[in-house]
Amino acid sequence: MPGITREEVAHLARLSRLELQAEELDHFAEQLDVIIGAVARVSEVAGLDVPPTSHPLPLTNVMRADEVRPSLTPEQALSGAPAAEEQRFRVPQILGED
Amino acid sequence: MTDLMTDLIKYTAADTATAIASGQVSAVEVAQAHLDRIDAVDTLVNAFLHVDTEGALATARSVDDRRARGEKLGPLAGVPLALKDVFTTKGVPTTCGSKILEGWIPPYDATLTSRLKDAGVVILGKTNMDEFAMGSSTENSAYGPTRNPWDLTRVPGGSGGGSAAALAAYQAPLAIGTDTGGSIRQPAALTGTVGVKPTYGSVSRYGLVAYSSSLDQGGPCARTVLDAALLHEAIAGHDPLDSTSIDAPVPAVVAAAKLRDVRGMRIGVVKEFAGEGYQAGVMQRFNESVELLRELGAEVVEVSCPSFTLALPAYYLIAPSEASSNLARFDAMRYGLRVGDDGLASSEQVAALTRGAGFGPEVKRRIILGTYALSSGYYDAYYGSAQKVRTLISRDFDAAFAGVDVLVSPTMPTTAFPIGERVDDPMAMYLADLCTIPSNLAGNAAMSLPCGLAPEDGLPVGLQIIAPAMADDRLYRVGGAVEAALDDKWGEPLRTIGAL
Repeated sequence: MPGITREEVAHLARLSRLELQAEELDHFAEQLDVIIGAVARVSEVAGLDVPPTSHPLPLTNVMRADEVRPSLTPEQALSGAPAAEEQRFRVPQILGED
Repeated sequence: MTDLMTDLIKYTAADTATAIASGQVSAVEVAQAHLDRIDAVDTLVNAFLHVDTEGALATARSVDDRRARGEKLGPLAGVPLALKDVFTTKGVPTTCGSKILEGWIPPYDATLTSRLKDAGVVILGKTNMDEFAMGSSTENSAYGPTRNPWDLTRVPGGSGGGSAAALAAYQAPLAIGTDTGGSIRQPAALTGTVGVKPTYGSVSRYGLVAYSSSLDQGGPCARTVLDAALLHEAIAGHDPLDSTSIDAPVPAVVAAAKLRDVRGMRIGVVKEFAGEGYQAGVMQRFNESVELLRELGAEVVEVSCPSFTLALPAYYLIAPSEASSNLARFDAMRYGLRVGDDGLASSEQVAALTRGAGFGPEVKRRIILGTYALSSGYYDAYYGSAQKVRTLISRDFDAAFAGVDVLVSPTMPTTAFPIGERVDDPMAMYLADLCTIPSNLAGNAAMSLPCGLAPEDGLPVGLQIIAPAMADDRLYRVGGAVEAALDDKWGEPLRTIGAL
């Protein structure tokens, strides 16, 4: 099973929106290489004809009646917001200037 | 101060509730005794991230008022509790041990929090934990490690080290933890306390900040089996706000804890949980417990669960995968920390800068590991295989429970390790969860209770009991019997011999 390179870790960090310092990348690449080497043992069962389990309970689509119930006020919902404006979450630019 | 007042912090939850209900002591006096204790020892232990003095005293006053009015009080009314800082508490800070949530005041209560309030339980404050419950030592908290009351140079286990240490240091008779891979049971083992991971789906996850949704389960922590049972009944039960909540009656765990009779029960010793890496003193106390169960009239057999050897690797693929998705919500937009919003940076850049600054190393490692495991090209080999292991583990449990009522093992291969020893060696840290993880992957019920001190270091050893899903009462039946027999043997309970 292949290990993981510093470049791959940098790519994964970008995908997961984590700004990492150079020394963090060095350190994580080394540690993750060891961890992945250890957890790769699960591939022993890759060829077995066994159904996967994603969840301990056999639940599907739990439904409830669509009724109006008390909920947070706009003030409560915005109470933890880093920035708010006109009863909305104020966020940094998403699409850029042009 | 009367003797009663000095002893208040050593009372069990059951005795505290009785003393309050009978008017021997007021709920305010009980709350104040524990707040004083926290004040006296928490600079050493660091079990609490936030102490809610006003809220605790207000709840205690209302319990006293209700009693004065002649209202019937519930079995835990006025009993103080330490709440793991991963459950939301309306108006009280909730950090999950992370800088990214520093200062966040949730606008709503978790279902578990509401149930505790409804039961008249006095919430003293929020306890320290590994950041987002990721860890086995509480060293991954952004707010400094919790120290083990038995030896302040050692870890209390994790992720719920704050809750377990609060019990061992007599800061509270009850606490709440969450168990994703052992975070209730493993700290219980290392602090000489009792911790239970109920059947998955039996305690609501609404308002429990998610780490790995298919594994996370809240549960009771206490110093006695009966106290854990009383808390279990207070928090378990169906919740329409959690779509994975089981809609079935809660097993009668309090009655089971009082039975103290294991005659005729069939108990399986898991063969795979022994050998290299298991401390001699841990195995000695474990083997004595097995012998004790035999003396008490249980039938003990050895069982083999061969897939358990793959549980640890499977867990460290499944849990990080779910975490990488769950923690995407910390994007600096709606609540929590925001870094780098200079008017020029994009939302994406601000999210990355915030997450880089707000998450600690273990959380970052697991997010990256999970993102890797779910990447196309690796998905089948890693996540897909881990899901197959999960099926094999459930089959091993099914086969074992066809022949026995419960399984037993050590809760953790060693006693508490020194602070700093494993913090930069993730694989060594992960081994702390070797014996606890299979129950999370299968979703069944498991308990850890103290079974003595390891002769070589004088530190507590935990006995793990595992029962099939929705048979949580068997844990309490076996645990209650073992506890009673050990209390007799030692002359005084282990819980009164602690270091602090």
